Amino acid sequence: MKKNLVTAVLMTIATTILLGIVYPLVVTGIARVIFPDEANGQLVQRNERIIGSRILGQAFTGPGYFHSRRSAAGNGYDAANSGGTNLGPTNQKLIERVREDTASLQAENPGRPIPVDLVTASASGLDPHISPATAEFQIPRVARERGITEEQTRQLVVKHTVGRQFGFLGERRVNVLELNLELDSNYPLKETKR
Amino acid sequence: MTANGWFQIAFFLLLILAVTKPMGVFMARVFNREKTFMDPALRPIERLLYRVTGVDENHEMRWTEYAVAMLLFSAVSMLVLYLMQRAQAFLPFNPQKLAGVAPALAFNTAASFTTNTNWQNYSGETTMSYFTQMAGLAYHNFVSAAVGIAVAIVFIRGLAWREVETIGNFWVDLVRSCLWVLLPFCIVGALALVSQGVVQNLKPYDTVKLIEPQQVQKADANGKPVVRPDGKPVMDKVTARTIAQGPVASQEIIKEWGTNGGGFFNANSAHPFENPTPLSNLIELFCIFAISAGLTYTLGRMTGSPRHGWAVWAAMAILFFVGVSVTYWAEARGNPLLPGGVDQRVSAAQSGGNMEGKEIRFGIANTALWATVTTDASCGAINGWHDSFTPLGGMVPLVNIMLSEVIFGGVGAGMYGVLIYIVLAVFIAGLMVGRTPEYLGKKIEAYDVKMAMLVVLVFPLVILGFSAISAVKGFGTSSILNPGPHGLSEILYSFTSQAGNNGSAFAGLNTNTLWYNTAGGITMLVGRFLMILPMLAIAGSLARKKYVPASRGTFPVTTPLFTALLIGVILIVGALTFFPALSLGPILEHLLMAAGKTF
Repeated sequence: MKKNLVTAVLMTIATTILLGIVYPLVVTGIARVIFPDEANGQLVQRNERIIGSRILGQAFTGPGYFHSRRSAAGNGYDAANSGGTNLGPTNQKLIERVREDTASLQAENPGRPIPVDLVTASASGLDPHISPATAEFQIPRVARERGITEEQTRQLVVKHTVGRQFGFLGERRVNVLELNLELDSNYPLKETKR
Repeated sequence: MTANGWFQIAFFLLLILAVTKPMGVFMARVFNREKTFMDPALRPIERLLYRVTGVDENHEMRWTEYAVAMLLFSAVSMLVLYLMQRAQAFLPFNPQKLAGVAPALAFNTAASFTTNTNWQNYSGETTMSYFTQMAGLAYHNFVSAAVGIAVAIVFIRGLAWREVETIGNFWVDLVRSCLWVLLPFCIVGALALVSQGVVQNLKPYDTVKLIEPQQVQKADANGKPVVRPDGKPVMDKVTARTIAQGPVASQEIIKEWGTNGGGFFNANSAHPFENPTPLSNLIELFCIFAISAGLTYTLGRMTGSPRHGWAVWAAMAILFFVGVSVTYWAEARGNPLLPGGVDQRVSAAQSGGNMEGKEIRFGIANTALWATVTTDASCGAINGWHDSFTPLGGMVPLVNIMLSEVIFGGVGAGMYGVLIYIVLAVFIAGLMVGRTPEYLGKKIEAYDVKMAMLVVLVFPLVILGFSAISAVKGFGTSSILNPGPHGLSEILYSFTSQAGNNGSAFAGLNTNTLWYNTAGGITMLVGRFLMILPMLAIAGSLARKKYVPASRGTFPVTTPLFTALLIGVILIVGALTFFPALSLGPILEHLLMAAGKTF
């Protein structure tokens, strides 16, 4: 008993050093050398300032932008406070929220069915993607706001649509942040509108 | 549901099939202390560890000494984790200057990670320093997995060894688990995850100047939204945001490989920094099942009956497939209560279905697959919120845990769990033909069956006992987020997950309260150690027994009949115990949802 207690203490210390400190530091060191961009979060910079991460969503609610999904991360797209709504399928709060969103979206684009991911909150609250259907739904509004044709807008959407990995893994998706950044650089919004 | 979705599920199962034998052979060699190709690199580290900790690697332990060593190690390392959280403000690698963790939460978290549960009553990115994450939480991801594997190996030895008093050396099994089975793969796997975009750094959180300034509800100092006299919320403009960072990949990989499941971030494997692409998702899913699938082959190999290992594998694979099919079907159907203008149908342009609490890159198929896998095993990582699943889609994860997570199961825990069911299965088969049951040449006697029943009974006792108290007392019900039958499901899931050392949650339930922290902590400790002790007792008892050669009256454990009987026993024991509770939670909610009722 006493010998095993001494060993338990020493074993905790020794393995903590090996598995809890040396191992993650070694992985950090190697990762920094071979995948520096990925290891640091694929940050996007403009004018020496970080303006986002390519794989984390941002809110985007102005009419000239493609909108992201609903977010329950903090007070919305808070990348230091990830999370979902956890609302259950029979919760009135969920049904009521979807009904309100549906009504305002139908006013924006009458007669079109609303893709489900546009009115539901993601799991992380930081989902960088929307479905191609949700992007298509928003093309008329964005084109109108930017004074360009729907076809021009659609071309950019297609360019930022990612297929299934290796042709079969995951789902087809559109990266909202990258799409909006390219919209801004190709067809900037008039300053007065912002 | 789509052909592509089914193909991804089938592809995953084929990967697990392919890894079973190599992994099983490797582990058998490691624990028989035979040569492996990793020895030149690992033997020196192993010897060094024994020297500094005073371990005699040739010392053999009786089951009682083994249990004492295991308990001492768990107690000491749990205490260290508790103190580390309390003192993290004074420890290094804390660029965000996070304060020490409150006592009740620190106890719950220490119990949670020591027991391989990884139940989390906190958000990682706002509560835990990098040091606590690495040296406390990720460290326990290693050693709690290693303890589980060690116990499974001891049980297998009990079957394989004959007329001996000892069952191995705990310290040797622990160290060999860590060094051979866990660490090398994690280094490679962590880098593979980084290549997909899982972050790995020690820098402070980044500040981002938003592309479009964001309107948010203004909140007061307590986080409550500020409202105008007419009831409308006061809005606030945000121009900058913080991005949480950290040494994620090194923790992410052991979190799945050791079926721990505790996320670095609150959103767990739904967070793009933990699980950025469909490939990282597949790697993580593969990790959850790989060791446990391999252990079925280790069981067959060490006991000289590989076909028995495959018969157990088949039972697990069938139960897995049934579970994933139900979840996929239920989630793909969507939520019938949503207004008619919402398109939930699957098409080329969207995966459709019930997308609340799910990520676009995973869609319905991969989220349903993940929910099934993480609860078949005792992993508990999530890539979509189970609380927002449809009632039947969310019932499958709950049932998986209620079946004691023996569908491949947690590393080690799944194997020793299924061995209990096998003991019961051969016992029942023996009763049917009126003979003393035998299992792989060992007579199963009253003592063994009593210990097995102890395991089977303690589990529902803590789940149903604590759930019942929480369902009738204010301190229990005030934590509920979703009213109606779903609220009961939240409570039931909470204690089931903690007793099963799973760690996933119907996370709407606010469990960071004195009651849930304390009751949950006790549940996890009971669910771990009161299971392991009778398990070790059976192993010790089996190891002492003589080998009885198979005769014409022996029930063969290598046939489809055995597989069917094992599935039957697992389902009957689970259903008899939990059906009444399930019918008041998810089943009732499903019927009410079909009738158009909301809460």
